[in-house]
Amino acid sequence: MKRMTIAIAGAAETDLGALPHLSELDLRADAAYRALADAGLTLADVDGITSATESPIDVAHYLGITPAWYDGTSVGGCSFLVHVRHAAAAIRAGLCTTVLVLHGESGRSQVGRPPRVRPASSMLGQFELPYGAFAPPNMFTLPVMRYLKDTGTTHEQLAEVVVAQSHWAAGNPRASRNKLLTVQDVMASPLIAYPFHKLECCVVTDGGGALVITSADRARNLRNAKRPVYLLGSGEACDSPMVSLMDDMTSSKGFKRASKQAFEESGIKHADVDHLMIYDAFAHLPLYGLEDLGFVGRGEAGAFIQAGHTRPGGKLPLNTNGGGILYTHTGMYGMFAILEAVRQLRGEAYKQVDGVKTSVVQGVGGMFTAAATLVLSNQEP
Amino acid sequence: MSTKPAPAAKAVPVPTPVTKPYWEATQAGELRIPRCTDCAMHFMYPRPRCPHCGSANLAWVKTAGRGTLYSYVINHMAAPGWEGEVPYVIAVVKLNEGPRMLSNLIGVPADPAALTLDMPLEVVFEPRGNVMLPLFKPAASA
Repeated sequence: MKRMTIAIAGAAETDLGALPHLSELDLRADAAYRALADAGLTLADVDGITSATESPIDVAHYLGITPAWYDGTSVGGCSFLVHVRHAAAAIRAGLCTTVLVLHGESGRSQVGRPPRVRPASSMLGQFELPYGAFAPPNMFTLPVMRYLKDTGTTHEQLAEVVVAQSHWAAGNPRASRNKLLTVQDVMASPLIAYPFHKLECCVVTDGGGALVITSADRARNLRNAKRPVYLLGSGEACDSPMVSLMDDMTSSKGFKRASKQAFEESGIKHADVDHLMIYDAFAHLPLYGLEDLGFVGRGEAGAFIQAGHTRPGGKLPLNTNGGGILYTHTGMYGMFAILEAVRQLRGEAYKQVDGVKTSVVQGVGGMFTAAATLVLSNQEP
Repeated sequence: MSTKPAPAAKAVPVPTPVTKPYWEATQAGELRIPRCTDCAMHFMYPRPRCPHCGSANLAWVKTAGRGTLYSYVINHMAAPGWEGEVPYVIAVVKLNEGPRMLSNLIGVPADPAALTLDMPLEVVFEPRGNVMLPLFKPAASA
């Protein structure tokens, strides 16, 4: 028997930037209404819901619905990729039919934002926080000096990650940083945590987004029937909850495992990938991603990006919204990476890549702690 | 009327039953970590069983207090309580016994020119609240 095909039948992004008039719940509600309108559905059609940090039940009640299925997996920025994977499994298992995957986060304005509690008795509280490592810019970045040394990658190549992405973000009014950048611009920006400059770290914004996940059969009768996005495969994985203890600080076990699952499930090869999103809270993540997903060999990612292969017109368009570093980053960026892949597959991106059929989205959560991968396509499997 | 919040203090670790011997050792000026007596692996952080083989046969062993600089950042964003100390070095130290641990480097300028990966380090202890925190400094040349 052929396995049920799953589709993204609706997708939408809220306003982005500084949105002090909206709490995190408000952003999620706004995203939900937009995505349902995009799908041509209403809340009455929704029987599944997901949410990270805030309980999915809180969000469901705020929306006034009583879902039959919910998932509150909260593993940081890739939670939404995990939600899509779990929603697909739940729909195939007959637990629900139509799932709202929701994100809304007041990362900049901090309105209605629950505190991220890290007890002093936790392992993080005992073995990392006492050393003045307390935020992603000085934790997620810790592996990089070792990566640069072991792979021969240069500081200029780290900056090139941002330069390449600036060619995608340039001119986009929705991108927080939308100017074309040079390596000099990046390296002249203030140091945040050496070797990272400000322009090698993500922006901090408010915003949200949502997806409507359902069966491809159901999606065929909905508003976006002529611009389908199918889920070909997915993966989820994890590594250490403490960055200093990841298995290998120069390579992500999570990236490797999650992407292997997703590639195997979808049956795609690297040559089939027309478009790639790699979660970039910081400039090293696309380097790790290109290597750990197997698009280039060990230590080759810096030169690959430097050669222009990931820019507009290049053979592997990467982070085509400008990424978390330039486009938007609310704290958990994964939803925005999925939404850019959806736009590219529908042919409606700000900088549209010609002929995109298959897009891979690689997410990360925590400091390399969690990982998830989606393989999306506009071609029915 | 507004009241100015008290300045935040640096984070102080709170031991749990399994980690208590680690913090008791630092109080005595020793860096002790668990070692599995079945598979002979040292590990960090302390856990009730060996994360490599699952054995419950563990011993607390005194390390040489020596390691090398595995990776680092020079942090310019002050953590609560660190306002007067930026930039400071957050370092991943690879202990001679094998495991990595996070720490701070002291006794060396917060300057990439002074921070060579794989340079030898030795532990020093600094009071933090009611515990002694293991920090590292460049090792005296042997």
